[in-house]
Parts: sequence; C-alpha cells; structure tokens
Amino acid sequence: MLGKLTWSAIPLDNPIEMGAVGLMGIVVLIVLGFVARYNLWLYLWKEWITTIDHKKIGIMYILMAMVMLLRGFVDAIMMRTQLAFSHGASHGYLPPEHYDQIFSAHGVIMIFFVAMPFVIGFMNVAVPLQIGARDVAFPFLNSISFWLTFVGMALVNLSLAIGEFGQAGWLAYPPLSELKYSPGSGIDYWIWSLQISGIGTLLTGVNFFVTIIKMRAPGMTFMRMPVFVWTILCTSILIMAAFPVLTATIGMLTLDRYLDFHFFSNDGGGNQMMYVNLIWAWGHPEVYILILPVFGVFSEVVSTYSGKRLFAYTSMVWATVAITFLSFVVWLHHFFTMGSGADVNAFFGISTMIIAIPTGVKIFNWLFTMYGGRVRYEPAMLWTIGFMVTFTIGGMTGVMMAVPGIDFVVHNSLFLIAHFHNVIIGGVVFGCFAGLNYWFPKMFGFRLESKWGTRSFWFWLVGFYFAFVPLYALGFMGATRRMEHYDNPAWVPYMWVALFGACLILCGIICSILQIVVSIRDRKQLMDVTGDVWGGRTLEWAISSPPPFYNFATTPVVGDAEPLWDAKQRGTIEREARDHYEDIHMPRNTGAGFIIAVFAGVFGFAMIWYIWWLAIISVIGIVLTLIIRTCNDDIDYYVPGEEVKRIEKAHFLKVASLETEKQHAD
Amino acid sequence: MNDFFRRMRRAKPLLILPLLLLSGCKWALMDPQGPVGEAEKSLIFTAVILMLIVVVPVIVLTLVFAWHFRASNKKAIYRPDFHHSVPIEIIVWVIPCLIILGLSILTWKTTHELDPYKKLASTKTPVQVEVVALDWKWLFIYPQLHIATVNEMAMPVGTPVDFKITSATVMNAFFIPRLGTQIYAMGGMQTELHLMADHPGTYQGLSANFSGDGFSGMRFNAIAADQAGFDAWVKKVRASGQTLDAQSYDQLAKPSENVPPAYYGSVNGDIFYGVISSFMGKAMSMKTPSETTTHSSSMSGM
Repeated sequence: MLGKLTWSAIPLDNPIEMGAVGLMGIVVLIVLGFVARYNLWLYLWKEWITTIDHKKIGIMYILMAMVMLLRGFVDAIMMRTQLAFSHGASHGYLPPEHYDQIFSAHGVIMIFFVAMPFVIGFMNVAVPLQIGARDVAFPFLNSISFWLTFVGMALVNLSLAIGEFGQAGWLAYPPLSELKYSPGSGIDYWIWSLQISGIGTLLTGVNFFVTIIKMRAPGMTFMRMPVFVWTILCTSILIMAAFPVLTATIGMLTLDRYLDFHFFSNDGGGNQMMYVNLIWAWGHPEVYILILPVFGVFSEVVSTYSGKRLFAYTSMVWATVAITFLSFVVWLHHFFTMGSGADVNAFFGISTMIIAIPTGVKIFNWLFTMYGGRVRYEPAMLWTIGFMVTFTIGGMTGVMMAVPGIDFVVHNSLFLIAHFHNVIIGGVVFGCFAGLNYWFPKMFGFRLESKWGTRSFWFWLVGFYFAFVPLYALGFMGATRRMEHYDNPAWVPYMWVALFGACLILCGIICSILQIVVSIRDRKQLMDVTGDVWGGRTLEWAISSPPPFYNFATTPVVGDAEPLWDAKQRGTIEREARDHYEDIHMPRNTGAGFIIAVFAGVFGFAMIWYIWWLAIISVIGIVLTLIIRTCNDDIDYYVPGEEVKRIEKAHFLKVASLETEKQHAD
Repeated sequence: MNDFFRRMRRAKPLLILPLLLLSGCKWALMDPQGPVGEAEKSLIFTAVILMLIVVVPVIVLTLVFAWHFRASNKKAIYRPDFHHSVPIEIIVWVIPCLIILGLSILTWKTTHELDPYKKLASTKTPVQVEVVALDWKWLFIYPQLHIATVNEMAMPVGTPVDFKITSATVMNAFFIPRLGTQIYAMGGMQTELHLMADHPGTYQGLSANFSGDGFSGMRFNAIAADQAGFDAWVKKVRASGQTLDAQSYDQLAKPSENVPPAYYGSVNGDIFYGVISSFMGKAMSMKTPSETTTHSSSMSGM
C-alpha cells in the first residue's frame, strides 16, 4: 500500500535531524497559528496562492529564497564546525552518511532554492515593469512555475523528516547515484525535487523570453532595453537551451534507478562519463543563468547610484550576448581529469578563458560608469563595489583552473570550493542583496534602512574572505572537497579561520534580518511616496511604489535606453492624473497553478516511495486540472477606466501633498 | 612569446612576493617532488602573474573611482553624460584579449606537455603500476614484479612510473599532490598517468573524487626511495605469504574503511584487466580472465 515507506523512514534515532525537523515544525506551526489567529486564510488564498500578478509571484520567489538561505547556511556552518574538529583521532560530531547528506543538500538548496528563486524573483518583479508591460506573457504559466519550484523545495525539506537526502553530492554523479551504490530514498528525493522545480524553471525561461520579445513598450527597440532586461533575455535563452538537458539527464538516471536501464552504470554498456558530460552541458550554462541576471542588477545599481548613464551600453550588451554563446562550449572544463586528450582539454581550457574577456569588459564598464559620477554609498552600491573587487579575484582563480595543467592539481580540491564560492557569493549573493536593497521599495512601498544594511554588507564581505581564503590555501596543501575527516595537523588552524569566517557571515545574515525587521518597524519614515526613491532611470521608477496591480495606467512610449531619466531631463513626467483612462484588460487569478503543483508534489513523493497508485492518481489530478482550466472561459476581466483614474489620482495627490510638505519644511 | 615567458619567469621573485612566501612552507603544491608537479607549480606562477597585470589595476581603479567620485566629494568632476569613449573601449577590450591570447598560447603548449598520457623523458625503464580503486582503498599491482599492495606503493627515485588506473566501484580520482596531476579512476575504463619522484620521501596519496562513506579514509602512502630502498621494499612485500588471486581479490573488494597497508607477495592472473572486463558482460567475467582481453580493448579516455 505504501510502497517502501515505513515508520523506520523517520530518523527518530538521529537527534540532529529530529532537532532540525522539530525546529522547522515549530516555525511552520507559528506561521499557521499566525494565519489562523488573524484569520488570513482567505486573504492568503485570494491575494497570494492564486495570484498571477508577476510582482507578487516575484515577492514569493524572493521570500522563499531568503528562507532557504537560512537552511542552506545552517548546513554550511555544520560542515565548517565538523571540519574544525574532525582531525586525527577525533571524528567530529557528524558520521559520514550524515555529513554526505549535508554537503549534497547544501549545494542543491543554495543553487536551486536560493540563487535560482532569488534571480527569478527579480526577473518577475522588474522585467515587466522595465519594459512597460502589464504582466508577463503567460501569467498563469508563471504561477505554475513558482508553485512547481516551491514544491521541489518542499520535497527537499521533507527529506529531513521522512527518509534521507542524497549522499552523492549536488550533481549526483553515477555510478555512486545508481541504485546499486545508493539504495536509499535520498537520490530519489534529489531526482524528483530537481525534476519538478526544473520544469518550473524551464517554463519561466519560455515565459520571459516571449515576454521580452513580444511585450516591450512601443519604441523600446532591442538596443533601448535596460541592461537588466538584456541579461534576462539571454538568461531565458540559456534556460530554454539548458534545462531540457537537465530534465533528460535526470530522466535517464531515473530509468537507471527505477527500471534497471544502463545509461550510466559501470556494467551493461553504461557510461558514467556520458552523465558527467550531460550534466555539465546543463551545469555550466546554469552558472551563467545565475550570474547574468546579477550582472544586470549591478548595471542598474551602478548607474543609478552614480547618477550617470551606464558606460558603454552597446559594449555591455555584446559582452552579455558573447557570454551567452560561449557558456555552451566550456562544459568540459569541469572534468579535465577525465583523461581526454590534450587537444580536447586545450580547446575547452581556451574557450573558458575567452569568457574572461567579455566579463572583464563588463567590470571595466562598471568602473568607468563610476568615473565622473556622484557615487552614493547606499547598501546596494556597497554590495556592488564589494562584488567588483571580490568577483575579480574569483575570476582570476577561475581562469587559473581553466588551464588544464593547473586544474590537474587543484581539481576537486578546496581551492575549487573557494573559487566557486568566490564567484557565487561574491557575484550572485552580493548581487541578490544589491537587488533586494534596490528594488525593495518598488516591491513594498518603503525602502530598507541603510544602517543595518551596511553592517550586513561588511560582515558578509569580511566573513567571506575569512571563510574562503583559507580554503584557497588548503587546496594548495592537497585538501580535497567533501572529506569529513583529515589527518594533517597543519590544516587545523586554517579550518578554524574558515569557521570564524562562517560565523562572521552569520552575523551578516542576522544584520540582514534586523535590517528587514527595523525597516518594517520604521516603514512610515522609509515610505517611498513618489515611486522613484533612488533617482531612477528606467520605467519601473516612473510608477508608484508598490505599483498598482495593472502596472501602467497608460502604455509608456519609449524613446531612449533610459526612458525615465530622459523624461526627467526633458521635463515630460506626468504630474497629475489624466481626465480619461482606457479600460484595462487583466487576467483573473486562478488556483489551478497551485493545485497542479500540489499534485506534482504528491506525484514526486509517491515516486520516491514507490507508491504507484498514488503516483497514478496524482498524474490524473494534474491532467484533470489542466483540462478543467482549459475549459474555463472566464479567465479575464476589464478594469474600468474610472477605477484606473481613481487609483492614479490618489497616487498623484499623495505625491503632491508630500511636495507641499517639503516646501513647508524648507 | 617563449622569450617573454622566460623573462617572466626570471622576474618572478620581484613580482609576486606573497606567492613566493607560500612556496617556503610545506604546501603540497608549492613543494613538488617531481617534474610534473614542478611544471605545474611554475605554470601556476606564470598564469597568476599574467592575470595580475589586469586584476590589480581593476581592483585599484574600483576602489579609487568609488572613493574619489563619492557624492560628498565636491572637488570631483561630475559628468553625467560621459558614457562613451572610443579609446577607453578599445583599451578595455584589447588588454584582456592580449592577456588571454598569451594565456591561450601557454595553455595550448602546457596542456600538451603535461598530458597525463604522455610518457616522461628518462633514460630509465619505467616502473609499471596498475591501480584499482576499491570501496574504500587503493589496490596497486606491479605486473612486472608480480606483487600487489593495498594503500601503500613505492617507486624508485628518478624513474618514471606508468600508472594504469581503473575502478572496481564508483568513480574516484587518483592523486598524489606532491608529485602532480590527478586522474579519474572509472569502472569499465582505463586511464593512464605518468609521474616521477625526484627526491626520496613518503608522500600522501588520496582519492580526490567523492566516492561514498569511506571516502575520507581512502588515503595511501607513496614511498619514493633510491633503487636499493625500492628493492628492499619489493623484498618486504614478497616476504608476505599472501597471494592476490580471484578469491582474495573478492575478499578485498568488499567495502571497508580506513584500511591499513597490506602486501601480496604474488599475483595470480591478470586482476587489473579482469576488473575492467568484469563490467563488459558475463562472457568476460573476471573469474575466468579471457585470453582475448587485450590492453587496447579497454575504453581509455573515451
């Protein structure tokens, strides 16, 4: 009846896991209690769960990323603590089978459920606003994308309470991930959480590609798109090209595990290196799926806070496009030590280095954007400057590893760990914090205060160097990744410095939380009345914060790459509501996306535990929901022009009263 | 270009003092004991110096620009419309291009020189060693000497060692940090590696690719000794009465962790190719090593 699922799947004998489960349970109960106390069920359902508003979906993505950042960080600090103690006779407090789950979960969570939702959250919040659109091209699809990602995340966390998580690393290389060597439920959790959330991501890629191609405001030619939109266009292309590879690869591993196929097994004609090639054919573009959007964020931030147009826009665009194409011809640099010939290795080494050229150009362009500017040290700008310095170092170690002769000695070492944390923390995470500080007022109508934000930045920056410079050194000493115990006493002090660095990052995270708490408390003083709190240059700052649900009352017409800045220069900004507004065509909310995702989650759970009847029922559920949704004709409505006028008028009145207030104060 | 690199190498001590300091301590990669590791260390230095040409100015300029053009500095010029400059754009494209061009030439050259499959130049006859990654220990077979060891191997100083590597289980990576280059050990496939130790000593070897619960303890000692020392070691191994044959191999192949070194005084049958062909189907199962198994039939390097 319940397949492989028995009571023994719950790790009652493991105090650490049960503690984590208990803690998560308590948090969930508190949230549910809060919802029940204020009777927010209907509000949640109507305003959030069924929403297809890109802004709200974006907020949910970002919220999920921030919560998962905490989970992923707990994993990180557990690993650092283990390695500080586990040397010589001591074996630390984590047995290998638990430690292996932790580093696997850490990687999966940080990439798929922190970095991805963070950047997709920004896409959702900013892209339609920056191109002057009402919503994305397929709002309902967008809701499915989010809930599928959410369900994937839920499955990963469920593995803490029921069963186990994968112990084969974040990419689950076979044959270790084959049934023969990993008979438990862990790899199956990995498979289904990634498969489900991966489909969500693929749909997001399609959605944003179409949105950007088809829904730009009149006048916004390609070379007038904000750089962030350009990076998202390229990211969407990467997602569409790369994620099917992930789906297919995991699909083949699934066949190996469930139906005894031999795609990647040692025997039966399987080839494990086929998997490694395929997974990196997705995996390397994936790195750029993460970093290109934050390059976009930095471009917006550096130009806004320098009070200057971005330096060399055209150069920036071409650099982005070049990176997009090159990211598909470098995957082999993840396994130079496979034993391929020197010609092959040299080709992939050189193609990898070539990516450093457009990336270097980008850094120079940000640099010269500051030149001649008036740089304001708001947290978003601090994160950007921290990024430029840190990422340059990470880029250098990356090019080092692109030389096969160097990679031969640092491959799979802690040097590699230091390198990719250098670019992912110094790039993606810093970029996400920059974006959060930058767009927070647009999302919520008040900005984040800067004192705790600045503290958070410094703790993260210094903490990063303390945590990862020792790992660079350890890599040179011959320390490999994924070991849970070592014998060399010379490594101990470095491990302790790294642990200290992780603690500093913890302080940074606490400061970030305090920044949000304090900002919510002081939201009246931090209110963004005008909708243009930073002196913005692109269209999202031309409307109120948070924007009305229909975004733009009238479709903007664009004549410049920085339409708002342009309008400010020419004094053509609207200061009061128009007499007449057209009716606005809007899509209706729907719970179908959520319901489909819940069925998908149940399907994943059923597959993990071999509960076939439940899997079949949930597939039927998905199909039925889709059919019912397709047959529903009542999926849109019109906002009357009068209603638009009322909302716009209220906004302009608020802005006007603020201005008079200011004049009185002067 | 060659001349350039030679000059770079000479200028090294002045250019990167910090890295030089590192080479003073006993950091495995900064204190290599063989020609492969030496070449790789020197490659690290050259690549880093080349890149610092652009990395240092970028970091310095970032900090200088960010500070000088701070909003509160009223002395700094404000040029809100400065967003295009042909000379600057040429410089920011050309300089990275030149450096990457230099690095690419270096990469092409060294990748071929350091190809793990390339035999090392030496007048001495190489020692053959077959390596099998097991759960979770290393098996070394010396086909010329008909001996085998577990988690300990030895080599004569100044003599190339030709490793042939495979795995009887999941993927591992064979790595002796102080001698240089690592390479994957993969089931059903054979990889090759050529290393040499220049100085006597005991160097730790390990698996660099995660392989499961016993991975952290999958370490071995690589002993480099002079010819007399090596011969004594071989004698010591021979003195152990154990024989490595199909039965004792099966016993050994069972998963075990933190395994102490063990010796087999004699080897019965072609265990190494038996391991590879065991994945090729029942006809060539390792218990009946097939006559037709030839070295060229293994899937080396794909």
